[in-house]
Amino acid sequence: MKLNALWEYANPKKFIDTTDRVLPWVAWAAAVTLVVGLVWGFFFTPDDYKQGSTVKIIYLHVPAALMAINAWLMMLVTSLVWIVRRHHVSALAARAAAPVGMVMTLIALATGALWGQPMWGTWWAWDPRLTSFLILFLFYLGYIALWEAIENDDTAADLTSILCLVGSVFALLSRYAVNFWNQGLHQGASLSLDKQENVHDVFWYPLLVAMAGFVLLFVALVLVRTRTEIRARRMRALEARERMRA
Amino acid sequence: MIALLTRDMRLAVRAGGGFGLGLAFFLIVVVLVPFGVGPQSALLSKIAPGILWLGALLACLLSLDRIFALDHEDGSLDLLATSPLPMEGIVSVKALAHWLTTGLPLVLAAPVLGVLLSLPVQGFGWLVVSLALGTPALSVIGTFGAALTVGLKRGGLLLSLLVLPLYVPTLIFGAEVARRGAEGMALGTPLALLAGITCGTIALLPFASAAVLRVNLR
Amino acid sequence: MLLRVTDMAVARGGVPVLEGVGLALAPGEALILRGPNGIGKTTLLRGIAGLQPALSGRAEAAPESLVYAGHADGIKSALSVAENLEFWARVFGTTDISRAIAAFALGPLATRPAGALSAGQKRRLGLARLLVTGRAVWLLDEPTVSLDTEAVAMFAGAVRGHLAAGGAALIATHIELGLTEARILDLAPYRAAPLGMDDFDGVFL
Repeated sequence: MKLNALWEYANPKKFIDTTDRVLPWVAWAAAVTLVVGLVWGFFFTPDDYKQGSTVKIIYLHVPAALMAINAWLMMLVTSLVWIVRRHHVSALAARAAAPVGMVMTLIALATGALWGQPMWGTWWAWDPRLTSFLILFLFYLGYIALWEAIENDDTAADLTSILCLVGSVFALLSRYAVNFWNQGLHQGASLSLDKQENVHDVFWYPLLVAMAGFVLLFVALVLVRTRTEIRARRMRALEARERMRA
Repeated sequence: MIALLTRDMRLAVRAGGGFGLGLAFFLIVVVLVPFGVGPQSALLSKIAPGILWLGALLACLLSLDRIFALDHEDGSLDLLATSPLPMEGIVSVKALAHWLTTGLPLVLAAPVLGVLLSLPVQGFGWLVVSLALGTPALSVIGTFGAALTVGLKRGGLLLSLLVLPLYVPTLIFGAEVARRGAEGMALGTPLALLAGITCGTIALLPFASAAVLRVNLR
Repeated sequence: MLLRVTDMAVARGGVPVLEGVGLALAPGEALILRGPNGIGKTTLLRGIAGLQPALSGRAEAAPESLVYAGHADGIKSALSVAENLEFWARVFGTTDISRAIAAFALGPLATRPAGALSAGQKRRLGLARLLVTGRAVWLLDEPTVSLDTEAVAMFAGAVRGHLAAGGAALIATHIELGLTEARILDLAPYRAAPLGMDDFDGVFL
C-alpha cells in the first residue's frame, strides 16, 4: 500500500502541486549545504602534505563524478518505470536529468584535468577512469540528441528509454574494457564507506557535506527541469488540440 | 527469412553501393594514414592493427543507414512488419545481410591493406581472425542504431553519434587481439572477450532492435 | 466473421481522431471506408493491421489472415516485376505468382526491372502482391491512386474474384470502384470529440 502511494506522483498535476511545496526547501538546502561544504573544504582544511592545496579541488571533483554516474542510474530507473508502467512524468524526468548529468560529467572531467596537471604533469591521460567518463559523456550526448531529434513525445520516450537500457549495458562493458586496455594513473576510490582511512577525517567531513550539497543540487535541478518539461509537453498538447479544432 | 536474405543480397549486388562503397572507403582511409603520420615503416607497422580496425569500423558505419532507410522509404518495411516474419527475425536477417555485404569484404580485404601498412607477418592471421569475430558485432549493434533512427529525415549523423559509443568495447578487444597478434603476445583473454561480446550482441540485441523498430513504424 | 472491429479508437500524432468504430466483415464481403481527408482512414487501417496500437477497442481476426497495402507499394526498383512478386510469395509461404501476374496484366512486363515501370504499372504490381499472399482479409489504403479506368476495372475484378473465393476486403477510397455489392461505411459520425482544453490531470494528450 505504501508503495502504491508513490505512483500517485506520476500524475503530472499532483507532481507539480507537490513540487511547488517541496522545491523551495530543496533549493535552499542545496544552496546552504553547497556553500558550507565548499567554504569549509576550501578555506578551513589544512593543505595535504603531499599534494599541497591542489587537493582542495576534490570538493568539486568527487561530488560531480558521483552525480555523473548517479544521474545515469536515475535515468535508467525512470526509463524502466516508463517502459513498464508508462508514466509520463517518469520519462520526462529522465529527459530532464540527462543535461544535468552531462554537465556533471563535464565538471568531473574539467576539474580532473585541472587536478591532474600539477599532480601527474599532464592535463589528460588515457587512464581508465578518465576514459570511462569521456565515454559516459558520449552516451549522454547521444541520448540527448535522440530526444531532441524525435518530434513525437511518446515515440521519443520509448526510443530513448530503450537506448538508455542498451547504453547502460554497453557503458558497463566499456568500463571493464577500458580497465583491461590500460591500467591507469588514477588513485583508487578516494571514498567508500569501509575504507574511510583513505581520506583523513579533516577532509572527509567537508567532502561529505559537499557531496550532500551536490545531491540536493541535482534533485533541485531535476525537479525544476521536470516541471519545465511537463509544462512544455502540455503546451504542445494544447497546440495539437487547437489544430484539431481548427 | 531466407527469401529476405537473398533479396537483400541481390539488391546490394545490383544496386551497387553495398560492397563497393564500404571497401573503397576502407582503402582510402588506410591509404591516407601514411600521409598523415609519415612513411616510416616502423611506426606504421606498430599502429597498423589499430588503423585497420578503425578503418573497418568506420567503413561499417558508413553503410548503416541503408539497412532500413530504403525499405522504410518504399514502404517495404510496413509490409514486412505485417508479414508472417517475426520482427526479431527481420532485424537479424538485415544485420546478417549487412555483414555479408560490408563486414565480410572488409575482413577479406584487410590482409591486403595490411601489406600497405607493413603489418608484421605473424599479425595477418590474427588480424583476420579478430575482424571476422568482431565485425558481426559491429553489424548487429549498427542495426540497432539504424532501427533507432529509421524514421528521421537526417538520421545519418545522429546514427553515428549513437552507434560510436556502443562500438567502444568491440573496438578495444578487437584491436587488442590484432595488436597482440602482431607483437606475438598471448591473446587468449581479449579473444575470448571479443567472442563473448559478439555472441552476446547477436543473442540479445535483435530484441531491442525489433522493439525500437516497432515503435518507429507506428 | 473474418474480421470484427469493436469500439476502436485511434490517434494520429497523439491526438485521437476516430473513436467507437465498429465493423465486421464476413467471407465474401467488401466494405468501403469513406470520409474526408484527415479523418483517420489510414490511421484506422494501420491500427487494424497492427502497425500501430489502438487507443481502445480491438480488432479480432484469425491469426495470419490480414494483409495490408498502404500508400507505398514496397517495390524494389532493382528487381524485376516477377522477382518482386516471388519475394513476397516466399515471405508469405506461397509459390504461385502466375495468377497475380494474369489478374493485373503484368505478363508483358514480368522481366522488366520494376524501376522502369510507370506509376500506374507500379501500383498494379503493388496490388498484385495481394494475390500472392494468400491472405483472406485485404486492408487497402487508397488502392486506386494513379490507376487509369482500365486498371481500376482490373482491380475491381481482382477484388471480386477474391470475394468469390471467400475472402473479404476493407478499402479506404474516394473514387467509385464499380463494386456495387460493397457496403459503405462513412467515418464522419465516428470523429473523435475534441479533447477539453483545461484538464491538466492525467495524460497529456
